Amino acid sequence: MSAKPEIADFNDLFLSDEYKELLERKKAFEAPCTAAEVEEASAYSKSEAYKEKNFARNSLVVNPAKACQPLGSVMAALGFEKTLPFLHGSQGCTAYFRSHLSRHFKEPVPAVSSSMTEDGAVFGGMRNLIEGLENSVALYKPEMVAVSTTCMAEVIGDDLNAFIETARQEGAVGKDVPIPYANTPSFVGSHITGYDAMLKSILSYLYERSEDVAASSKADFAKLNLILGFEPYTGNFAELKRILSIFGSGYTFLGDQSGNFDSPAAGEYSYYYGGTKLSDVPKAASALGTISLQKYAVKKTLEYIQSGWSQQVVSMPTPIGIRATDRLLAAISEITGLDVPKELTEERGRIVDALTDSHNYLHGKRVALAGDPDLLLGLIGFCLETGMEPVHIVCTNGDKEFQQEAEGLLSSSPYGEEGQVHIGRDLWHMRSLLISDPVDLAIGSSHLKYAAKDANIPLVRLGFPIFDRHHMHRYPIIGYQGTLNVLSLIVNTVLQQLDDQAPEYGFDLVR
Amino acid sequence: MRQIAFYGKGGIGKSTTSQNTLAQLATKFGQKTMIVGCDPKADSTRLILNTKAQQTVLHLAAERGTVEDLELEDVVQQGFGDISCVECGGPEPGVGCAGRGIITAINFLEGQGAYDGLDFVSYDVLGDVVCGGFAMPIRENKAQEIYIVCSGEMMAMYAANNIARGILKYANSGGVRLGGLICNSRNTDREDELITELARRLNTQMIHFLPRNNVVQHAELRRMTVAQYSPEHAQAKEYELLANKILHNDMLTIPTPISMEELEDLLINFGVIEDEEAHIKAIQGQQKAV
Repeated sequence: MSAKPEIADFNDLFLSDEYKELLERKKAFEAPCTAAEVEEASAYSKSEAYKEKNFARNSLVVNPAKACQPLGSVMAALGFEKTLPFLHGSQGCTAYFRSHLSRHFKEPVPAVSSSMTEDGAVFGGMRNLIEGLENSVALYKPEMVAVSTTCMAEVIGDDLNAFIETARQEGAVGKDVPIPYANTPSFVGSHITGYDAMLKSILSYLYERSEDVAASSKADFAKLNLILGFEPYTGNFAELKRILSIFGSGYTFLGDQSGNFDSPAAGEYSYYYGGTKLSDVPKAASALGTISLQKYAVKKTLEYIQSGWSQQVVSMPTPIGIRATDRLLAAISEITGLDVPKELTEERGRIVDALTDSHNYLHGKRVALAGDPDLLLGLIGFCLETGMEPVHIVCTNGDKEFQQEAEGLLSSSPYGEEGQVHIGRDLWHMRSLLISDPVDLAIGSSHLKYAAKDANIPLVRLGFPIFDRHHMHRYPIIGYQGTLNVLSLIVNTVLQQLDDQAPEYGFDLVR
Repeated sequence: MRQIAFYGKGGIGKSTTSQNTLAQLATKFGQKTMIVGCDPKADSTRLILNTKAQQTVLHLAAERGTVEDLELEDVVQQGFGDISCVECGGPEPGVGCAGRGIITAINFLEGQGAYDGLDFVSYDVLGDVVCGGFAMPIRENKAQEIYIVCSGEMMAMYAANNIARGILKYANSGGVRLGGLICNSRNTDREDELITELARRLNTQMIHFLPRNNVVQHAELRRMTVAQYSPEHAQAKEYELLANKILHNDMLTIPTPISMEELEDLLINFGVIEDEEAHIKAIQGQQKAV
């Protein structure tokens, strides 16, 4: 047996003399500022005067808590069985969406690009799209291709409908392959807008092309449709399925990307895992109703279901906490006519017990929150239930409606008194907020770690993307069980900080 | 609801013709009409609104930061004949992308339900179908009938043929059709015969021949259509005739654009331009005379 290899530690590695010398020599090429200048600029960036300037800036965005539209459209496409996300536009964008999702889920992300170049921009991307469709259908044998656009195709005004129709007329792709499409320019909206556009397109396309809608069986009429939306937690799918099976209700997920983002390592790779069956979509139009666990991320889709499918639609922000979960269960019960099962009521009791176990460490903790609108509403609700006080709330992709709802929620509790909702702001604004009006804890994606570090507070990672912690997305954050996970994440971070900062006499065994 | 669009060479009188015709359509035939100006110069609605220039969608969007911050009431104005007017607007000459501006503006209008309860939506598009953005009004679910304004001058006919090529591109996959050529007379020789022949070759019709009349300019100087300025004038009747023909037009075709050679031959046949030999002789004749 060979000797164990020596493993260097990353944090020590660059402290060796060799690297110290190298970094010193590099300075000759960098024209660096002096240490004093760096110190001065850093201090200024933490001043009130700078905060004022920071909030007055209007032509620059620094570290926004949002991503491009097509990132969402790719996720929406991967929620359906054997569906290939196809991006019409330049190739680098597609690489970005794939790597961004891979870094969060630690899974491969299949997506293809029509790879437009200079000539595509000048002459239009029709040939790219047609040849791209022909190649990708031949190579990857998808059951459906979901086309969305990058900025380049949007700026030159490529007409997806005409191009796809031409591809069919030329025989590049068969009539039997469904090709829903969505226009997803990234200079408008965010990843949730793109998710919404693609989901709506897929649902309406599959519904309108099907001829045997009337042939739905009795069982289809008794089912419930569920939408999780732009959902970065695969664990949330499993949790919702568990809740529904305890209810004993039949259900259809309109978009379920948990298979593709949690594929097993069984020795062989396939492009497609799980997802909503294409044939289930037209049947879903006859279901009892639709419950969506996000509302701001699927606005257009819900409008479509309500008017196009004439269906009862209940939407709510991410159900985190006891009240929000109660509302979810009440909605399921109301639409299906089934009583809330005893098992879930017992579970509720256990989580209420857990919350009371921890509440004395959470009560009065001031927190800062950043993320997507639906997640933020869920988190605000949870904070208020536990006596935590949301102070700074930054929602880069939030609209005025969201702001109103968030402010309404805050004003419903004395713990929300100090809460300020900042829509359209970025995480560099958040940094100023954290420094000028300090809080105990930040909650948000990995992107918030720099501001949290500058403000010297711990970050609880919740939302999207989480690049620097593993497996977070496998654990649910919705329902009573999810609430327990969120609770343990937060309370254990608080307790860790308590230990880290405790004087010797206060470094207690029992907390 | 019918969605129509006016195309044609720059300066041919698209905006003048469309506003005069739509004013008749609205007042004489009671059609609830909206004009969507798709020219960055934003001068497609001034005769209806009797104003210099309307506040445009894109200008307001730029001011407020995003098009999502706009309300329909901010950009839609009622004018003569209760016609609703919108100008897309766009960047200054030489910068930005006017084509993308049109896409943004039209998506905004559709998204806000601006077209609810209308009989006619008319798009007024600048010069030529130069890029994807300017083709926006002829895509699926938008303008279904295209009217090309032209005259007996060579460049106007050249532009008309080019526009027919643009329409053909979208005709097979979408539902857009050519409704006809409107000859806005420049008093050139045999103009009506020439445009009738061009229309035949493009597989369409010359839907109307508008004679030239100074009253149009007089009205325009006062920022009015003839319908408003001098409703009893014979020229007003001409626009009424055209409006009636558009209202009852059942000749909607897929155009058959012709080659550059064929177009030149046509012009030679009608004596608009001379063939090379005749031209050389003429030049030689001139030189001798000198």
